[in-house]
Amino acid sequence: MSTARTKVWWWVGGLLIILYCLFPVAWIISLSLKAPSDLDNGSFLPSAVTWQNYQLILTGSASDLFLPALRNSVGICLIATLIAVVLAALTAYAIARLDFPGKAFVLGLSLAVSMFPVISIVTPLFNIWRTIGLYDTWAGLVIPYLSITLPLSIWTLTAFFREIPWEMEQAAQVDGATTWQAFRKVIVPLAGPGVATTAIIAFFLAWNDFVYGISLTSTEAARPVPAALAFFTGASQFEEPTGATSAAAVIVTIPVVVLVLLFQRQIVAGLTQGAVKG
Amino acid sequence: MAAITLSHVVKKYGDGYPAVNDVSLDIKDGEFVILVGPSGCGKSTLLRMVVGLEDISDGEIVIDGDVVNDKAPRDRKLAMVFQNYALYPHLTVYENIAFPLRLEKGRYSEDEIRTRVQKAADTLELNEHLERKPANLSGGQRQRVAMGRAIVRDARAFLFDEPLSNLDAKLRGQMRTEISRMQRRLGTTTIYVTHDQTEALTLGDRVAVLKKGVLQQAASPRALYEQPVNLFVAGFIGSPPMNFLPGQVEGDVLRMPLADVPLSEGLRRRIGDRKLVIVGLRPEHLEDADTLDEATAAKGVTFEADVDVVEWLGAELYAYIPFETREEVRGTLEELDRDLDGEGMRTQLVAALGAESHVRDGDVAELWFDPSRLMVFDPETGDNLTYDEEAARAADAESESERARALERAQRREARRAERSTPAA
Repeated sequence: MSTARTKVWWWVGGLLIILYCLFPVAWIISLSLKAPSDLDNGSFLPSAVTWQNYQLILTGSASDLFLPALRNSVGICLIATLIAVVLAALTAYAIARLDFPGKAFVLGLSLAVSMFPVISIVTPLFNIWRTIGLYDTWAGLVIPYLSITLPLSIWTLTAFFREIPWEMEQAAQVDGATTWQAFRKVIVPLAGPGVATTAIIAFFLAWNDFVYGISLTSTEAARPVPAALAFFTGASQFEEPTGATSAAAVIVTIPVVVLVLLFQRQIVAGLTQGAVKG
Repeated sequence: MAAITLSHVVKKYGDGYPAVNDVSLDIKDGEFVILVGPSGCGKSTLLRMVVGLEDISDGEIVIDGDVVNDKAPRDRKLAMVFQNYALYPHLTVYENIAFPLRLEKGRYSEDEIRTRVQKAADTLELNEHLERKPANLSGGQRQRVAMGRAIVRDARAFLFDEPLSNLDAKLRGQMRTEISRMQRRLGTTTIYVTHDQTEALTLGDRVAVLKKGVLQQAASPRALYEQPVNLFVAGFIGSPPMNFLPGQVEGDVLRMPLADVPLSEGLRRRIGDRKLVIVGLRPEHLEDADTLDEATAAKGVTFEADVDVVEWLGAELYAYIPFETREEVRGTLEELDRDLDGEGMRTQLVAALGAESHVRDGDVAELWFDPSRLMVFDPETGDNLTYDEEAARAADAESESERARALERAQRREARRAERSTPAA
């Protein structure tokens, strides 16, 4: 049914969407390669490609702002993701497999938490964190990040666990496995793609946060990249820091792209295929 | 290997509905028992109670002398083949089969595991597939892997939950004989759940028929066919199913819609003072009168019937003859039809005639049957009034001794084979 004509239209449509999505990325890359004097040259491409923005943030004057921030971001987001995925896997398994009172309540509550506007809790949180000494620490960001990543992880993992046929576990139990062995040897490997997907999404959520990052930190002790970008200054006070900001934006996008490329097969693979009749 | 005893087993769900109600069944060591019944009769639930995946509300299950009511599935040492196989998709065929062995930590060395898996794979002809993943196997191969996982360890019994229902008809026949051969050779106690009566009759040493959670009859296939205890069992066993006609007792004669039958002394005693009964006649007990010789024909009852539709199947020919049933038994028969997953279609008589019969659509055919083959049922309770307990017991005893002989033969054959292959190995 796919005639040459419809194929062409698919290609045209696809290309349009790709252009639409990639244009801002291309623009930022182009900006990051422009010299400060070249920023308003009126054309999309830089008149001369220069790496000075990257030099500035990696080794130059902005590096003591950017590099600690990068380290903070990676560390805080990885910790938040790890905790969220482990906790969410246990919760989701219980929700998908067991019948207990308040199951709907747990799911509903986690949804409500994720709906809560961040901006409205950030001020009280700021005061509490200052009082109990969590202000400007990694833990002080990991905890609020969990409130964003946990609900989402619970929801996606519950959906994944529900997909795994229960018989698989029962078969394992009949074969002589304890509940824990059945979970570890059968359910966890089967849920692998689901866990990977969830981990990536959770990581992005934490990685992209700005409000908590700027409000709950004050120094490079804990300030993540999105917040640090706001503190960039130009080489002199008469220059816009646009180039440096763009370069930093490109660099923080790289881990995201790498992660997706690494796990893309895992995310797509339907590992449960062939488990049951087909 | 073990004997399994169910005594007064009950399964009640939250709403108090008993899915399994007071089932008692003695399964001898090495016996092949079938649980059969229409959908929703509780046969799978019962099996899952034996294996430990469902709690037992009341009663007791004893395996090899131990009460297992409160034991976890892993402590019951049973092997089960699931309806959808439940293979582990992330493991190769080899690892799937080795899975139960690896769980018993330290019991088997890597060499022992390899030998055992190899042996199971040889039995099931899975050798070329050991390194493949389940996703790349055909339905029949997956089925064999599931069986391999069951036979690889020394389970006390095998449990099968409708293992063939996902296969196509041809493969089903092959796997059926394969299961039968394997069970005879290993001599392991086996419980097999199915809704297919062909599987039930061909595989089972004993068949337990369930209806709405209640055990109707547990007997050898032949006893079930020849001496069903009630309407339900009579209607369930046999294909095409038994014909049920209303029969009115008038003096010495039993009047049925298509024919009148003289009542024998024995029959009259069993019917007692009932005026109306339900008469059961198996389609294969009807013959085309034209194909019989005089002497045989004289021994039975001949009647004329308008044949509505004829189905020719090569080996036999089914003739369908519509008839008007009586109001008084309509309710009972309709309920029976519902219990048997039927559609409540028109009342018709089915006759399985020889393929040489010349009866065609629209003919008036002369049909014959032997009145001693008739079964008579109480229209209220459905009990078989012609049930002969002695004959049923004799059929059971005969099939029991046949089973013992078959088991012995199979094991001798296995021993010979082992002898032959030892010097080579």
